[in-house]
Amino acid sequence: MIGHASAKVMVQATGVRKSFGALEVLKGINLSLSNGQVMCLLGQSGSGKSTFLRCINHLERIDHGRIRVDGELIGYKEGNGYLQEMHEHEIARQRIHIGMVFQHFNLFPHMTVLQNVIEGPIGVKRERRQDVTERAHAILKRVGLAEKVNAYPRQLSGGQQQRVAIARALAMRPKLILFDEPTSALDPELVSDVLDVMRDLAESGMTMIVVTHEIAFAREVADHVVFMGGGEIIEQGKPADVLGSPSHPQTQAFLAKVLV
Amino acid sequence: MSASKTGLEGSGGDPTIDLVIRPARHPWRWVAMAFVALLAAMLVQTLFTNPRFEWSVVGEYYTSQTILLGVRRTLELTAIAMVMGISLGVVLAVMRLSPNPVLSGASWLFVWFFRGSPLLVQLLLWYNLSALFPNISLGIPFIGPDFVQLDANALITPYIAAILGLGLNEAAYSAEIIRAGIISIDHGQTEAAQSIGMSRGRLLRRVVLPQAMRVIIPPLGNDTINMLKMSALVSIIAVPELLFAAQTIYTRTFETIPLLMVAVIWYLIIVSILSVIQYYIERHYARGGSRSLPPTPLQSIRRFFGLSRGRLLEADGKRSAS
Repeated sequence: MIGHASAKVMVQATGVRKSFGALEVLKGINLSLSNGQVMCLLGQSGSGKSTFLRCINHLERIDHGRIRVDGELIGYKEGNGYLQEMHEHEIARQRIHIGMVFQHFNLFPHMTVLQNVIEGPIGVKRERRQDVTERAHAILKRVGLAEKVNAYPRQLSGGQQQRVAIARALAMRPKLILFDEPTSALDPELVSDVLDVMRDLAESGMTMIVVTHEIAFAREVADHVVFMGGGEIIEQGKPADVLGSPSHPQTQAFLAKVLV
Repeated sequence: MSASKTGLEGSGGDPTIDLVIRPARHPWRWVAMAFVALLAAMLVQTLFTNPRFEWSVVGEYYTSQTILLGVRRTLELTAIAMVMGISLGVVLAVMRLSPNPVLSGASWLFVWFFRGSPLLVQLLLWYNLSALFPNISLGIPFIGPDFVQLDANALITPYIAAILGLGLNEAAYSAEIIRAGIISIDHGQTEAAQSIGMSRGRLLRRVVLPQAMRVIIPPLGNDTINMLKMSALVSIIAVPELLFAAQTIYTRTFETIPLLMVAVIWYLIIVSILSVIQYYIERHYARGGSRSLPPTPLQSIRRFFGLSRGRLLEADGKRSAS
């Protein structure tokens, strides 16, 4: 379906449905993403793209369908003829491999930048403090925050905070990182710093799923673009096709609005 | 004061441009100050001239053995009851927020009972527990053999009754305070912690509780101060704390007012010390909460007296500019 047929599938969603009360927000999502690729999810607010993203690491429970990450079923265990819902600690173990970056950063405000980054590897993965600290310094240097190691999140700009959040996700050495509108809460002049870091990550071969409104970023970085509307996938394919010559009227209308 | 005198080039010929800025005037502050000073003077006068205060008696008993033992007992009771109350309060708060309806219901019931009945009644109930359960035994309920048999009368001493009464009552109140602190933390914090695979327990210990402390500490400090004073209630079940100690002396000597003064002075001293400690604990947990820490009382006093108004204005300007 996507490019390299030889690369293994990292994310596979089959018939994913999800309702909040009577409102069905996901109406059967099917998609797959190969290892090392970048997927951008586009669409109007309320189209279900953030909800779908949050289903991938089971922050939202799905009602129907299956999500597999690196072959492993998320949130459920296959029994003999039934699916067993996982315990919280089993889900937590799965989340170790799936990084996530949030719209509002969600850094831990009582910890310094370094403490934010090393908390997961030390506290959850039980790695050696010295190794993790060295790695954290390298990652923070990579996202351009080498000199902010000991600052507290509130002393940083939004763009800096979001880069710390990316560093926090990276320090866990995830197989996949989910980005939930990572630049939507930023002042316009800070957006490019964050996008640069994400572009760098994409080039280094990180598998990423990005919910975004940054069409230019999607066109340039994504291997695969998915356009969602009303809880369904309306159109998907290579960015040049979906963004260059959209076939569905809803996609055309959306792009006409954001590409003024 | 000279700072604002530097003229600007290209001022457009505004004639006020070179005028010195004077701070706003507050004449009513002086009126209020005079009024308060008058009341204070009256209070001081009566303290010094009313012979019935018998300050010499106060001085005599102030550091007497009985009173000092009472002070120690009061501090002990406060400390034990607060430690017990807060520890149990954390457990109750977590139970109450648990998705398990049995745990949540049990916690609710506990709080309902211990917050819903007067502390004085609870103390009397614990004190008279042996009337209800003459023997307390440890064993397998309903069927089994008892491993330990205890005489309730010997087990529930006045001191134990006081600790149970104060501690369990405090648990109910601090549970509500801690629960409020926990739910005040943004859900995004929970999601971020979950996204790096944190367990529920670690999320609570490392992320939620440290942040909730900022909300929890001020009312818990308040509770501690309250507990110190409420511990005087246990004088009713003859625990020799500070008030009881004062009472034992004045029932013998009839110097009621001076001995109550002794107790009041001790309570005030301890509460003042606790207030200072509370302030610094709050300051500690304010870390990361704002860009700069609030000043210590000493710093504010120095700022109030030490700096000229002009420099204060300047400092304020700098702060709001950053």
